[in-house]
Amino acid sequence: MTPQAPIPGTVIFDGAQAMKGYALNKMCFSFNDAANRAAFVADEDGYCAQYGLNPQQREAIRARNVLQLIAAGGNAYYLAKFAGIFGLDMQDIGAQQTGLTKEQFQAKLLAARG
Amino acid sequence: MAQIIGGITTSHVPAIGRAIAKNLQQDPYWKPFFDGFIPVRNWLAEVKPDVVIVVYNDHGLNFFLDKMPTFSVGAATEYRNADEGWGIPTVPAFQGDPALSWHLIQSLVGEEFDLTTCQEMKVDHAFTLPMALLWPDQQWPVKTIPVCINTVQDPLPSAARCYKLGEALGRAVASWPGNEKVVVLGTGGLSHQLDGERAGFINKDFDLKFMQSLIDDPKWATQYNTHQLVELAGTQGVELLMWLTTRGALGNQVQALHRNYHIPISNTASGLMLLEPTA
Repeated sequence: MTPQAPIPGTVIFDGAQAMKGYALNKMCFSFNDAANRAAFVADEDGYCAQYGLNPQQREAIRARNVLQLIAAGGNAYYLAKFAGIFGLDMQDIGAQQTGLTKEQFQAKLLAARG
Repeated sequence: MAQIIGGITTSHVPAIGRAIAKNLQQDPYWKPFFDGFIPVRNWLAEVKPDVVIVVYNDHGLNFFLDKMPTFSVGAATEYRNADEGWGIPTVPAFQGDPALSWHLIQSLVGEEFDLTTCQEMKVDHAFTLPMALLWPDQQWPVKTIPVCINTVQDPLPSAARCYKLGEALGRAVASWPGNEKVVVLGTGGLSHQLDGERAGFINKDFDLKFMQSLIDDPKWATQYNTHQLVELAGTQGVELLMWLTTRGALGNQVQALHRNYHIPISNTASGLMLLEPTA
């Protein structure tokens, strides 16, 4: 298959990303369970260690930085469960990734009406 | 013979669940979205379907990356929703139709769709919220069959393959000896991207062209591969695969009984169509 030009600002979650991010995504998947969310909040270091996060993943979690989490192999759907712990919604996450305030990000979405 | 009497396609973003929980249906932000469903509810009240086949994508409630089926079909007596981690209320359980499920599975595998079958399957917001939009009292008057398509992990099934899955689903329903009236509900899209510096991407021109194509030229979007669809519709806009599967199940010709398009709900361009087979 011919390689396809990358889409700017976009990481395709393929096999390579899925392998790289497995531990991180597995931890985030565990946040479906309220008890696990509470355990993470109570002892973040211990919880991350339990899932075997690598240093890049651990740092991205510590920084609560979505672009870093994606670079470390995170998948948007599992990361959303991590964001949920802090009460962040998709517009908070969008704003953080685009370097905009939430209001600016919302305005950008409205502008798509044309 | 069982009969597919219509197809409904709609967006499914979690923020809809928050809006329902907070009773924001008449709020100015949400009203143009929720009001779009009134004609669809009226139609459902009139035609009274027996079964809804819900074509959706799981977002990490039932499936994790340890096992990621491309196509999976539920064969349970009941499907439950559960905590997805970000706090929208769960909804009452859905009744399944295992006999029809196994018939669909038999027929689809017979047509070389090598499925994963699930006798236990948690259904996430992509299944529950569209159902709650169609039946706001959440007293589900229908049996349900989940058909789940992987859009989490590349490679995804192609648009052309999803269309063919829909066609095979249509034949499978038509060969069931019961008298059930079946609706296919395809959920997801339209254009949106949650992740990366491109977050917030919406493509109105493409969405409107895509919606129109389902009536005039239903295989139009099957010309695109996954990468092209991500470029045109965003990383999550690729969920339009559920719309194509639904359209494939409806046969050669359809008429649109209703449609709505509204930007934005959360980060998403929302679309809604009610399609009726005419040939």
